[in-house]
Amino acid sequence: MSETTHNLKRMYRFDLTTRLVAKLKQEEAVIGGIGHSNFDLWSAGHRPQNFYMLGSMGLAIPIAMGVALAQPARKTFALEGDGSLLMELGCLTTVAAQAPKNLIIILFDNGIYQITGGQPTPGLHADYVAIARACGLANAAWAADEAEFERMLDNALATDGPHFIGCKLDSQGPKAQTERDPAQIRDRFMRGMGTKKNRTLG
Amino acid sequence: MTQTLPPWHEIVLNVFKANEVKLITYVPDNVLKPLINALHADPYFTCFATAREEEAVGILSGAWMAGLRGMLLMQTSGFATLPNVLASLPCAFQIPVMMMISERGTLGEFNVGQAAVCRTMRPILDSLAMEHHTVSRLDECEMIVDRTIRQAIMTQAPAALILSPLLTGGKVVAR
Ligand SMILES: Cc1ncc(C[n+]2csc(CCOP(=O)(O)OP(=O)(O)O)c2C)c(N)n1
Repeated sequence: MSETTHNLKRMYRFDLTTRLVAKLKQEEAVIGGIGHSNFDLWSAGHRPQNFYMLGSMGLAIPIAMGVALAQPARKTFALEGDGSLLMELGCLTTVAAQAPKNLIIILFDNGIYQITGGQPTPGLHADYVAIARACGLANAAWAADEAEFERMLDNALATDGPHFIGCKLDSQGPKAQTERDPAQIRDRFMRGMGTKKNRTLG
Repeated sequence: MTQTLPPWHEIVLNVFKANEVKLITYVPDNVLKPLINALHADPYFTCFATAREEEAVGILSGAWMAGLRGMLLMQTSGFATLPNVLASLPCAFQIPVMMMISERGTLGEFNVGQAAVCRTMRPILDSLAMEHHTVSRLDECEMIVDRTIRQAIMTQAPAALILSPLLTGGKVVAR
């Protein structure tokens, strides 16, 4: 686990997302942020406990925090891009203040707004793990490579959080696009959370 | 026979309880202070401030989908920061995010910025086709708040309750 951005391997978002999904055995909730963060979550294999956010840039972490507060026994992940985090940076203070033990934030930092054409974000010189720590999230660190990412996931699943795992990304795009049907996404997710129970839909 | 009604914030708190609205997120407003204080003091509620109103829309959306009802408290200027996230999250996904807005910018406002922002509020709510009601009388407070919450939940639609200075007294500037 690294506290600096030196020597961090640039990793492939779809590969990291696949590694994450493979570890989910307890119906953990996963909130995919705007654009490519949720596209790769969709491509990694749909689960009823996945929520694909289609607009509201920056709200993946707050949505995950709401889920985590409502269901403290369920580990809840937020997958968020660096551009999106920048838009709602203050939410890290809210997370730190409430400190939901079951919340795990995964930051996909490619340094750009990839989905809108790859423009660099103004966070060029920002270290998001350092920011998270300074906001009060003590369990924040960069993953140096895929093996370490997996170890950090194991730790986050086994111990109290909130956890913040930073990942530097390479420049590869997403695998495919999420099926965009917000009402259906919400309905499936609620069934995945056990808040809707009849058997009409899967 | 006239009955003495409790203050507006007591009525509101009791209606929240009756409807199991337990999660309260806010960006503070002076007029909302007695309500916020009472909510903090009551262990029934989980009540905290967020850095921005947008965040609270996300938190309440996630919480509702996972089985916990909530309310966002803010002032008029806070609401004005929200159209994008309201349109793309609770409106698009049919999530009953509920909001209580202390109305600033009218009936004796001293700040021209607040007055200008206030005029955008109802047009925004209307253009999002969001249910909204203004509470201006103590004797109507319980019914409007209660029914608005119930309808939001039953129809899975976001809704806004606007607290008029006629109800709360608003924020007055010394002469
Ligand atoms: C409030 C708002 N501003 C701008 C946009 C346009 N927009 C959509 S996604 C995006 C970039 C997201 O960047 P990031 O989170 O870093 O993810 P990436 O595309 O790099 O995977 C932008 C600017 C938007 N949807 N909402």
